[in-house]
Amino acid sequence: MKLHRIGSAAAVLTVAALALTACGSDSPTATAGTDAATSGSAGGAVTGTLTGSGASSQKSAMEAWKAGFEAANAGTMVQYSPDGSGAGRKAFLAGGAQFAGSDAYLKDEEIESSKEVCGPDGAFNVPAYVSPIAVAFNLPGVETLNLDAATIAKIFKLEITKWNDPAIAATNEGVSLPDTAITVVHRNDESGTTENFVEYLAATAKDVWDYEVSGDWPKDLASENAKGTSGVVATTTATEGAITYADFSAVGDLGTVNVKVGDDFTKISADAAAKGVEAATPVKDRGALDMSLDLKRDTTESGSYPIILVSYHVFCSTYKDQATADLVKSFGEYVLSDAGQKEAATSAGNAPLSAKMSAAAIKSVEQITVAK
Amino acid sequence: MTTNALRRNGSKGQVGDKVFSGAALGAGILILVTLLAVAVFLLIQALPIFSADPELVSGGEGFATYIFPIVIGTVIAAAIALVIATPVGIAVALFISHYAPRRLAAGLGYVIDLLAAIPSVIYGAWGYLVLAPALVPIYAWLAENLGFIPIFEGPASQTGKTIFTAGIVLAVMVLPIITSLSREIFLQTPKLHEEAALALGATRWEMIVMSVIPFARPGIISAVMLGLGRALGETMAVALVLSTGALIPSLIKSGNQTIAAEIALNFPEAFGLRLSELIAAGLVLFVITLVVNLIARAIIARHKEFSGAN
Repeated sequence: MKLHRIGSAAAVLTVAALALTACGSDSPTATAGTDAATSGSAGGAVTGTLTGSGASSQKSAMEAWKAGFEAANAGTMVQYSPDGSGAGRKAFLAGGAQFAGSDAYLKDEEIESSKEVCGPDGAFNVPAYVSPIAVAFNLPGVETLNLDAATIAKIFKLEITKWNDPAIAATNEGVSLPDTAITVVHRNDESGTTENFVEYLAATAKDVWDYEVSGDWPKDLASENAKGTSGVVATTTATEGAITYADFSAVGDLGTVNVKVGDDFTKISADAAAKGVEAATPVKDRGALDMSLDLKRDTTESGSYPIILVSYHVFCSTYKDQATADLVKSFGEYVLSDAGQKEAATSAGNAPLSAKMSAAAIKSVEQITVAK
Repeated sequence: MTTNALRRNGSKGQVGDKVFSGAALGAGILILVTLLAVAVFLLIQALPIFSADPELVSGGEGFATYIFPIVIGTVIAAAIALVIATPVGIAVALFISHYAPRRLAAGLGYVIDLLAAIPSVIYGAWGYLVLAPALVPIYAWLAENLGFIPIFEGPASQTGKTIFTAGIVLAVMVLPIITSLSREIFLQTPKLHEEAALALGATRWEMIVMSVIPFARPGIISAVMLGLGRALGETMAVALVLSTGALIPSLIKSGNQTIAAEIALNFPEAFGLRLSELIAAGLVLFVITLVVNLIARAIIARHKEFSGAN
């Protein structure tokens, strides 16, 4: 009896202790890597832990990069928490991450504030991940449609409501369009895909698309929506007459829109997307290393696909010690290299950077140095 | 042999008693501290939004205008869930406790409890991949034939991803909570009450109405309130199932939004003021849940004296 009583008291204590331990283990693991690059390097080999944070769009590509980089460099570890672009930039600027992944390049004022952690030359952006965004639809028997920007904008603005609308028929001779209602499906979570898609609409069809460009779908447009890329694709696949926009790698069997560029209609593909990135112009008045791009959504160069998402890696131009600088440099170079880009494309289904673009980006990364 | 056996035993027992009461007290304090910590976290993080320029809040008209529609949406979704789940849950519990053969009852009980173990993301996936498309023709019929009632106003959703579908999914999720709690309570009805009712000539149904239900009423209310808590706070299933939008009366059009889903959908990319806005929304949900629980407590306390328990 005595034993039994003490036993139950002990049991209560144990449970309480367990509960407390459970609370304690809650600390985010992402911060653990700030003590990076512990041992010095010899003969160019790099070791240590690299910590990044940022865009969730890069998540599956980052997994491929992490695996490839760690396999090639024994003793290294890459941690990336896909907390979102904004959170990633914030963590980077606060010194909590050695690089950030971001769907938007650092703004001028962010570059300014990066000087605190990165030294007098601040941080810089290089494009690392390019993904074409497909305008995908579910019409049995129709695999592609030719549409110009204004028509796409009117469809998503709910001004064109039937698939056999004259505006759609005009650019699709010979395609039998049904009298089905168009169901627009958009993302209901904030997303870089939405932001890039509406940016395209705003740039190419200003007269129609008069909403503010942001990662949230315009609140005034009441249409169907779903969570995440998989959500919009599943909903569109299940609904005849539905149309959505989503990462090209995820659209599956849905039909895709050939977007009008110049006088032609460009079919979506990795090559066309890479060409679309090349049409971009560098952002003015930036540091020598910075490769921020103003995407030219209204390009007329035939064969290039303008609805693309470009996600950046943000690095410091100088790091505090040699080991960290080496580690960051070698990771950045791997990501941008042919091998890294191909690895990501296989696993994430995105478009690799063009050779020209990646060569320029590698040149920037090579100039990362140690702070004096 | 000089010491009193009883006293000796007692003094040793006192140690265990002290340890146990201390541990129990500690556990009680711990839960209060946790609750307080969450409340303080929400308050501190949410504070900037209350003093912010209304134009900077999502929607541009201040926090109250932003939060009002999603509070109503949350209540609508939870209400649909309870309207469906309460009668079904009580009926299932009664079947298990008073009608089913013993073997079947045990098996059925396990299956219902299993429902509670399914992760909500699975419910959500089932909701938008299977349930929503299946409901499309029903919604179309409702819109056509009962469209004059505001809640069935058309045109019906083409995808079936409406607040009504979300409510049904939530109902399935709260069903096991209501069922297992009610079942336990029904089984505790004093046998004497039941037998007395039967002896006086009551049918089985009359016996249940006269002796089981009155005895179990506070328990049923607790069960429903626990279910309501889950329905109010459910995040993933609603986020996946619902095609969100502005607050509208129609339950079969895409639209409406719940607080938990709003937070889940926007939290990953939120920072700065938007973040405190979402946390403030969480605070509002916290307060709603607290108020609901207080009301439930009050109801239970009032009904206790009439139940057969005393």
